[in-house]
Amino acid sequence: MATPVLDKAEAAGQPEPGFADSPYITVTFRIRRFNSEVSAEAVWEDFQMEIDPKERVLDGLHKIKWDLDGTLTFRRSCAHGICGSDAMRINGKNRLACKTLIKDLNPEKPITVEPIKGLTVLKDLVVDMDPFFQAYRDVMPFLITKDTNEPTRERLQTAEDRERFDDTTKCILCAACTSSCPVFWNDGQYFGPAAIVNAHRFIFDSRDEAGEQRLEILNDRDGVWRCRTTFNCTDACPRGIEVTKAIQEVKRALITRRF
Amino acid sequence: MKIHKYDTVIVGAGGAGMRAAIESTKRSRTAVLTKLYPTRSHTGAAQGGMAAALANVEEDNWEWHTFDTIKGGDYLVDQDAAEILAKEAIDSVLDLEKMGLPFNRTPNGTIDQRRFGGHSRNHGEAPVRRSCYAADRTGHMILQTLYQNCVKEGVEFFNEFYVLDQLIADVDGVKTSVGVVAYELATGEIHVFQAKAVIYASGGCGKFFKVTSNAHTLTGDGQAAVYRRGLPLEDMEFFQFHPTGIWRMGILLTEGARGEGGILRNKDGERFMEKYAPVMKDLASRDVVSRSIYTEIREGRGCGPEGDHVYLDLTHLPPEQLDAKLPDITEFARTYLGIEPYTDPIPIQPTAHYAMGGIPTNVQGEVLTDNTTVVPGLYAAGEVACVSVHGANRLGTNSLLDINVFGRRAGIAAAEYSQKASYVELPEDPAQQVIDQVEHLRNSTGTERVAVIRRELQECMDANVMVFRTEQTIKTAVEKIAELRERYRNVSIQDKGRRFNTDLLEAIELGNLLDLAEVMAVSALARKESRGGHYREDYPNRDDVNFMRHTMAYREVGDDGTESIRLDYKPVVQTRYQPMERKY
Repeated sequence: MATPVLDKAEAAGQPEPGFADSPYITVTFRIRRFNSEVSAEAVWEDFQMEIDPKERVLDGLHKIKWDLDGTLTFRRSCAHGICGSDAMRINGKNRLACKTLIKDLNPEKPITVEPIKGLTVLKDLVVDMDPFFQAYRDVMPFLITKDTNEPTRERLQTAEDRERFDDTTKCILCAACTSSCPVFWNDGQYFGPAAIVNAHRFIFDSRDEAGEQRLEILNDRDGVWRCRTTFNCTDACPRGIEVTKAIQEVKRALITRRF
Repeated sequence: MKIHKYDTVIVGAGGAGMRAAIESTKRSRTAVLTKLYPTRSHTGAAQGGMAAALANVEEDNWEWHTFDTIKGGDYLVDQDAAEILAKEAIDSVLDLEKMGLPFNRTPNGTIDQRRFGGHSRNHGEAPVRRSCYAADRTGHMILQTLYQNCVKEGVEFFNEFYVLDQLIADVDGVKTSVGVVAYELATGEIHVFQAKAVIYASGGCGKFFKVTSNAHTLTGDGQAAVYRRGLPLEDMEFFQFHPTGIWRMGILLTEGARGEGGILRNKDGERFMEKYAPVMKDLASRDVVSRSIYTEIREGRGCGPEGDHVYLDLTHLPPEQLDAKLPDITEFARTYLGIEPYTDPIPIQPTAHYAMGGIPTNVQGEVLTDNTTVVPGLYAAGEVACVSVHGANRLGTNSLLDINVFGRRAGIAAAEYSQKASYVELPEDPAQQVIDQVEHLRNSTGTERVAVIRRELQECMDANVMVFRTEQTIKTAVEKIAELRERYRNVSIQDKGRRFNTDLLEAIELGNLLDLAEVMAVSALARKESRGGHYREDYPNRDDVNFMRHTMAYREVGDDGTESIRLDYKPVVQTRYQPMERKY
């Protein structure tokens, strides 16, 4: 196990934002590496660095990529929890690297970083997102209305009706929920929590008229009934969506046909 | 190398790209190339809203909106374009609602609206509620809604395809678009997309600053691709610094926070904006507020041990209002600063936010090769473009509007063009330049590191061409950028592989940032006046006699291969508004 180290002098040149009074601490990142161009096997690799505990795990990954090992590969973009690029398994739990601060992780122990589970690993922390987006597309994630004669102005919606599906509009399609679901790990055919969340967003939108169709899609053997309410998805959601509750509401709508 | 043929190719899958794709897919065979996944774009980070004079909550009309946009842009706005923006805003918002966008609602069920900086009733009388919003997630909702509708329309995406070159041919003496060359991140393969029409919608270039609200991926790839092929860039010296970024991190805290009643305070607790903008106060335009903040800091009234920030105070607002209207930004304060906005003010500083300049286009989104001539088959929309509806300073909520109005226009115009145009023949080795570039970086054994040069660039830009500029600071920047460009030739990467080589990608992105930073600094040096986001301490006044004109920067290559920047100027389109002194 190689252990490249970022020396203090180098690290001092680029302290991230902030917090002049907070001491730098030494942490170890233990990262699951995989590169098919190098080896067929995934390996753990340790990297040690000085870092401000108020920095993000993403900052740590950048320190490695920029100063120690340019081959480390991960996706990221906005760096503040909006774009959904950097879901990964950090200390065994699915989170966004840009929303997880070092201080919240017990920096005494190595911080483990792995790709999210249940999707094919392409390189290091990068997984194949296509099956995830396919499940999303399968629930018809767009407003469907039957009126051929559209109103001139906006459709009206009460604040209460708007509130009904507010929680599930927050989804950023990061896959943290779906890839935390034991059912999804065992059977990639399962739609998974994120697709159901996005179906919920339309089923409970008072303007939408295709709720029945979406419910039938989710009534499938790989649909909503596969959920075992383990709440992993709710714990994993970086947007604080009550994912399991949304799934339960879809199940209830399937039984009562009321939504 | 693979060759693809499409009627229309769109580069970028943010708001402008997807809005264009919805139109062009209905009319022509369209491919959307994005270096990310569609919902990863930075449109999703926009928070506060989208302006449109719906007049749902109080009297308003598009003419007032037009005026505010022109005044906000310090009269460098092309007034015909601003009028289109404000007029078409109304249908743009209604279109999004019909596509499913979950706007916040008024008690009677219509789209709710709130105040925003620089948007006023009757030409500056008082703030007006013009911003249509969905909590502080309006950009997220727009991005999701547009992606949802792309799924509905069956838009064809090429995800993680990075466009590196624009192909242009001379057709009967006219520069004409031929297509683009892209690098597939997953495999390292080069793809040539021959297309009758190409639309750039690849976003901004804010990552050449250190403290910025921009995503890591906003590296000006589209601007750089066309600039290197000899097309001009317009008004690149105008960059917006958003007043309220999280201190030292730059993460955006929406102007909507002040629209909801938030107040900026200095270390004495004083509401200092009253001094600088007696009418609009905290809701003056962004350039004015950012300068005011730095004036407070420079005069010793900044907060904290180093006096290097001020506070955004939301503590007087009811927690229910913060939860309902500003849930995301209050969460950012908790996550990244450990601060509870119910009870404590949030430390903020201006953050590099938005490029007013970009690829010059007319109001149909057609790209210009000089002041008047269009490049047939080439279009641009959104932050990558300069129409110019934002002039020297963009108003808040006008960017989400811009991407929808001009994304739609470019999508329609490009598709209609490709319906009647024919393909231009590909050059003999269409990908040669890209192959050379990629192989040079992959094989280089130079000693320079990408991260080091990028860090030095960002620090130089923050220190020298941010909110306050002088001849001296800009010259320092020009010299430093030249040095960094020279060192960049000697840059090498560690990842030599083909698959998902983001090390290579970052090196290419840095090259783009360096080119654009140079254009920005050189354009800024020549503009010896202060206007909107470009503030020269050595020329503190606006100079309409000499500088009421757009900058056009061209890359020139001498016979000996030396590169230089040639500056030219383009007149501002004025219709009904005479320049006035700008007061808020």
